[in-house]
Amino acid sequence: MTQCRPSHPKRLGAVAGALALIAAATTGSGADELEEYKRMLADPFANPGWLYADEGEALWNTPSGPKNATLEQCDLGLGAGVVEGAYAQLPRYFADVDRVMDVETRIAWCREELQGIPFAETAKSAFSKRGAKSQMEQLVVYVASKSEGMPITVPMTHEKEQEALALGEALFYRRSSVLDYSCSTCHSIDGARIRLQDLPNLTDHEGAASAMTSWPTYRVSHESVRTMQHRMWDCYWQMRMPDVAYGSDVTVALIAYMTKVAEGAEMASPGLKR
Amino acid sequence: MADPKPRIKVPKTASKGEVVTIKTLISHPMESGQRKDSAGNVIPREIINKFTCEFNGQPVFGCDLDPAISANPYMEFTAKVEESGTFTFSWTDDLGKVITTEEKIEVS
Repeated sequence: MTQCRPSHPKRLGAVAGALALIAAATTGSGADELEEYKRMLADPFANPGWLYADEGEALWNTPSGPKNATLEQCDLGLGAGVVEGAYAQLPRYFADVDRVMDVETRIAWCREELQGIPFAETAKSAFSKRGAKSQMEQLVVYVASKSEGMPITVPMTHEKEQEALALGEALFYRRSSVLDYSCSTCHSIDGARIRLQDLPNLTDHEGAASAMTSWPTYRVSHESVRTMQHRMWDCYWQMRMPDVAYGSDVTVALIAYMTKVAEGAEMASPGLKR
Repeated sequence: MADPKPRIKVPKTASKGEVVTIKTLISHPMESGQRKDSAGNVIPREIINKFTCEFNGQPVFGCDLDPAISANPYMEFTAKVEESGTFTFSWTDDLGKVITTEEKIEVS
């Protein structure tokens, strides 16, 4: 290892690539450095997630797919064409498909209906990989950013919404697979962490609020925005369970349950995480 | 993909002689040249290697960027403004592509 030092000391006037420099400077227990890191991350303007939101907005309004149409007429629950505030009121029941949808299944449905892009195609490219950005990640963070500062409001009164809530809660606590883990193994205790990652207690309003208001989030280690569907898929992988399908009833139910626990908290997406 | 549209934060107005904080954020993969693809081949370096900021044609701030800087570089710096005018920002990458954007400020 060579010493990590700026090659041009006079350049220190800029916090250029602060995230990279901080990562290199972290040593020892990391508690103080972590606080410093979090302070630097707290500036919303420094969050590359907003670049993705800009890209998502351009995508939303650009004709695309076999039908060469835009997503402007997509009904996210507040009427066709209303994006403002829609994210904060999802998941919800949609009569036109007679099921509960989260933001991602709904946008994917709109892409199929309005633009003619099959759901399978959306699902295949839903998560960005190195060198291949995901349009879904951009669209989702754009929609989420349009609910900034709005309280999460999910009444969940419809019979199918009640069903999703009950299923989500049951899944949250259900231990299975080779590690005998459930979501609650990591996310039902206060003050738990994996390495230096604080784990929110999702059974508690505060904990669920901190998570649900900050996703979709920019993940520095992934160099990309990640969505709640990706978090579900990743958690299932970490629990060594079979892959959970993109937009499946399982993911929507879990998201419905966690969103309900977080109800009332104000949206602040894109967040910024390790 | 169209050219990335940088996000710039410059105050709309300032008083003469004030030191203003400028923030810039641009979308770029900043491929370091140190990574390999799944076939084991080195992914060629492709980073933004240079950033400049001018005010009414006068240099204000500039720097070279190196491969260790993370994707989507964020830069924050300060400038003392004596008159109204235009900041011109420009990023140059390894392929020789230059992305330029402008932001005006009213100084009274």
